[in-house]
Amino acid sequence: MSEPLLRVWNLTKQFPIKAGLFGRQAGSVHAVDGVDFNVERRETLGLVGESGCGKSTTGRCVLRLIEPSSGEIHFEGKNVRRLEASALRALRRDIQIIFQDPYASLNPRMNVGAIVGEALIIHRLTKTRRQFEERVVNLLETVGLRADHMGRYPNEFSGGQRQRIGIARALAVEPKLIICDEPVSALDVSIQAQIINLLEDLQQKFGLAYLFIAHDLSVVEHISRRVAVMYLGRIVETAPARALYTSPKHPYTEALLSAVPIPDPKVKRQRIRLQGEVPSPIAPPTGCHFHTRCPIAQFPLCSSETPALKQSADGHWVACHLR
Amino acid sequence: MAGLTHASPIAEIAVPLEGRPRRISPGFEAWRKFRRHRMAVASVVILALLAAAVLLGPLVWRLPINEIDFTARLSSPSWEHPFGTDDLGQDLLARMLYGGRISLAVGFAAMTVAIIAGTLIGAISGISRGSVDAVLMWITDLFLALPQLPLLLLVIYLFRDFLKAWLGPEGGVFILVVLVIGAFRWMPVARLVRAQFLSLREKEFVEAARALGATTPRLVLRHILPNSLGPVIVAGTIDVAAAIIAESTLSFLGLGFPPDIPTWGRLLFDAKDYLDIAPHWALFAGAAIFLTVLAINFIGDGLRDALDPRKVM
Repeated sequence: MSEPLLRVWNLTKQFPIKAGLFGRQAGSVHAVDGVDFNVERRETLGLVGESGCGKSTTGRCVLRLIEPSSGEIHFEGKNVRRLEASALRALRRDIQIIFQDPYASLNPRMNVGAIVGEALIIHRLTKTRRQFEERVVNLLETVGLRADHMGRYPNEFSGGQRQRIGIARALAVEPKLIICDEPVSALDVSIQAQIINLLEDLQQKFGLAYLFIAHDLSVVEHISRRVAVMYLGRIVETAPARALYTSPKHPYTEALLSAVPIPDPKVKRQRIRLQGEVPSPIAPPTGCHFHTRCPIAQFPLCSSETPALKQSADGHWVACHLR
Repeated sequence: MAGLTHASPIAEIAVPLEGRPRRISPGFEAWRKFRRHRMAVASVVILALLAAAVLLGPLVWRLPINEIDFTARLSSPSWEHPFGTDDLGQDLLARMLYGGRISLAVGFAAMTVAIIAGTLIGAISGISRGSVDAVLMWITDLFLALPQLPLLLLVIYLFRDFLKAWLGPEGGVFILVVLVIGAFRWMPVARLVRAQFLSLREKEFVEAARALGATTPRLVLRHILPNSLGPVIVAGTIDVAAAIIAESTLSFLGLGFPPDIPTWGRLLFDAKDYLDIAPHWALFAGAAIFLTVLAINFIGDGLRDALDPRKVM
């Protein structure tokens, strides 16, 4: 098998907690705790998990918007963590990011032309004013906006339109991988569908790969080829989307899927209710992070040994001692 | 004149751009919004009148500022002396027109010094974090904690003669006063700018620009600074007022301009002993300072709104 587009292994990120007068380190938040995954060319990897499990931190580490604490990130064989400033800038022509909040992710003082065209200026992608404008218009039309939107400011647009502007901005550098950090969770359901469809069209048209971060399982099921489930900084299960949704292996995935509402009131099914809260990432549980809430945990095995991701079926990886 | 400027924005609304989408430059857009801010437009007119008066007034009102006439001591406003006279019978209108030049110049120059120094220090501090930030904030706190008057005394005694010899008595004192007032007013601006930077640098649009490969200078100049200037403009307008008043304090203590240069602050201080028998003396100088400060504050408000594309008026 050829080298995947993006290969991440053993990625960790700890945020130090400073306390006291002299900023002594009092502890750290283990946001990402040894994460491995690959993204192939032209594929969508969904990354799901509840709030605070480290999904977004993982995405930002790949772009080095957040500096990882340890681990390896290889993009097209290049070691991303070792890149110098100029090489890192070049990398950012290949990897882009779309943000969750379309209201916070656009500079309110720049008009749409300047926002979408900024990358063209930074990387000197167009030579003349005319080329610049043509390219910006082209990008706007690609995402379903009009040329005359160029001179307007972000506050004049709706949430869905703003998200389109954010997508056009990411497309300007013709990236190979786009990290979609919950791109639809701030939008209305009807607008969500439009944006998802747009993302799928763009994937077809430009051969993009997506790392699609979300907490909405049905959205991820729709768009992803493979899905990785995160719990408290670790990936607990990775599988092709269909396999994961029809036969989840990890007890956390089972619980997560049983919470997805079914749009049919007559269908009854058993819900798995997890007890308690997600433990604090400042002091994560020993062994398997999930053992404090797991319905099938066996002690002392689960509380002492960290389970590794094992392949249980073709392409279906689970990190559980018991499955 | 004021009536005309009030009427013009309404006339503009009545003539819309014929539906045809037309690219409006940001500068024109800002000017369009500024014109809708009536108080700001009126304030520009008032400030322009004040500036014109102090610049051109002495050419029209040719009474000398230091002609002593004991027969007309402390006389109330009359045709001969429209603003009355002081305790030496000197014409107050002539003195105000002359002194206003210095007061306004000091106010604006000191504000410029304070804003530039404050923005620079706040920006460096806010973007660099770590030890640079800590050191700069210590310096800021130090300046805030220093007893200002004794220090002013020291600075002025140390440098006055040198600057006077170099730039002449008026120019030297002007530069000294502007620098000294500016040096004691940049701290609030620095803190404001730093606080804005700390919050803005974590915003997603700044992160997006970083993800596009923008360099730090570009992040600061294009994304962070423009979004942090609103409060700075307001602080700046207040600084003009404070600088005019600070100059009068300095003059009063004998540290600023010599007593024979009648700045507005100086006039106020001289007038205070005669408030009961010659209120006009303080009234006109006070009104001039009041009008200037008020006008600048309104202009600041108008500017802040006009420069913010989120404001739809």
